[in-house]
Amino acid sequence: MSHSAPDPNEDHGSVYDGLLGTDTSQWAFGTDFEDPLAGVDTTVPADLDPAELAAYCLALGDDALVLSHRLSEWCSNAPDLEEDIALANIALDLLGQARLLLARAAAADPSVVPTLPDGSPVPVEDALAFFREAIDFRNVRLVEVANGDFAETIARLLLFATVRLAAFERLCAHRDPVLAAIAAKGVKELTYHRDYAGRWFLTLAQGTDESRRRLLDGLSATWPLYAELAAAYAAGAEVDVVLDQVFAVSGVDRPEVAPMAGRGHTEALSRMLAEMQVVARAHPEGLW
Amino acid sequence: MIHPTKPRERGAAREGLALPRGPRKGNTAYALAASVTDPEMPMLTLEDLGVLRDVRESGREVVVTITPTYSGCPAMATMRDDLVHRLTDAGYAARVEVALSPAWSSDWITERGRQALRDHGLSAPGPAPRSGGPIPLTLMPTARAVACPQCGSDRTELTSEYGATACKALYRCSDCLEPFEHVKEI
Repeated sequence: MSHSAPDPNEDHGSVYDGLLGTDTSQWAFGTDFEDPLAGVDTTVPADLDPAELAAYCLALGDDALVLSHRLSEWCSNAPDLEEDIALANIALDLLGQARLLLARAAAADPSVVPTLPDGSPVPVEDALAFFREAIDFRNVRLVEVANGDFAETIARLLLFATVRLAAFERLCAHRDPVLAAIAAKGVKELTYHRDYAGRWFLTLAQGTDESRRRLLDGLSATWPLYAELAAAYAAGAEVDVVLDQVFAVSGVDRPEVAPMAGRGHTEALSRMLAEMQVVARAHPEGLW
Repeated sequence: MIHPTKPRERGAAREGLALPRGPRKGNTAYALAASVTDPEMPMLTLEDLGVLRDVRESGREVVVTITPTYSGCPAMATMRDDLVHRLTDAGYAARVEVALSPAWSSDWITERGRQALRDHGLSAPGPAPRSGGPIPLTLMPTARAVACPQCGSDRTELTSEYGATACKALYRCSDCLEPFEHVKEI
């Protein structure tokens, strides 16, 4: 079974058919899949190991994909409309980064892509997003745990955006020109994300007793996962400078909480993926 | 026939066309591609938005190269479809490719595009931030000189850095009280 654009000449195509006349080119957003790397030279430079490059891009892509999904859970649930829209926009930026990075990983090393039934039209980035088990995801645990309240979401976003922005600034000079270009684009987006999170961090910390209590609780809850994030992105002194700046102006001390033991994933990822993947997995030959 | 377009260097003067382009004729593939509009901001052509990077025409075959404004901008798929549709209607076999580098900058919106934004009640972006050295954290609201596109007042306030699309912030005029959108600097 495939789900292509409805035929407007059919009696029961879609309730929107009448809006289109015979012009199917304007059906929703596009009529088929669009490769985010269409026409881009994805040849891996000779001095790079394709499998290593793919694994690295997959890790960066999975972080963006998983946090994008978590942030999108705020849609219609945020404290007010402006924050609802802001979090959805940040989720959208991260989803775009994830698409590019998963596509780059698949182009560098096709063996990372899960096998689907013969003839399945599912593109590689969707195969990676929707047809891998939790154990195969390479994201850090910081992005996968549940959102908590708005303050905890802000604390997590500040840590993530600060560390990722610093890493992407370095990646602009990566020897793989595709990864370097993805990073250069991402830098501009992450700059807005970090500023957004930093402003809310300060606002909540210096707001009411209740907002400050919630922020400190959220930071304490997130901090055990910070060490893994910082290690994954090789965070250096430049990250500490930014975080210390936010903490100082907010009157907040760095939490003294031990890093969470172990590695791999928490149970939260399986639950999140079950919801994120269920429709795609029900239609492995579907075309969206 | 080849009509290369090449983004100018960041930080150059914003006067005139941001994207210098090669010669073109009346009804060439370039002119057709350049006339396609942004689905979210239809007052802007893809040329004025600065996302149209190249149109290569070989016989009836055309390859159009566009660049994403934001990594996740869903309008890219519609732009691609609209380009293919417009060129196919004119008898071309069209394909759309992506150029990721250099990354799009709001500086590439042409002066004509900026005027079109203002004419339709949107505020055009100021100069994009320069790169070079670590990007500074900004904990105060983004400092911009934004005039109300409705009444021209300079007394405007930021409502939100994020708006209905990835590329816009929300503002409100303190004089006429009208809300309006500002295309962000990136």
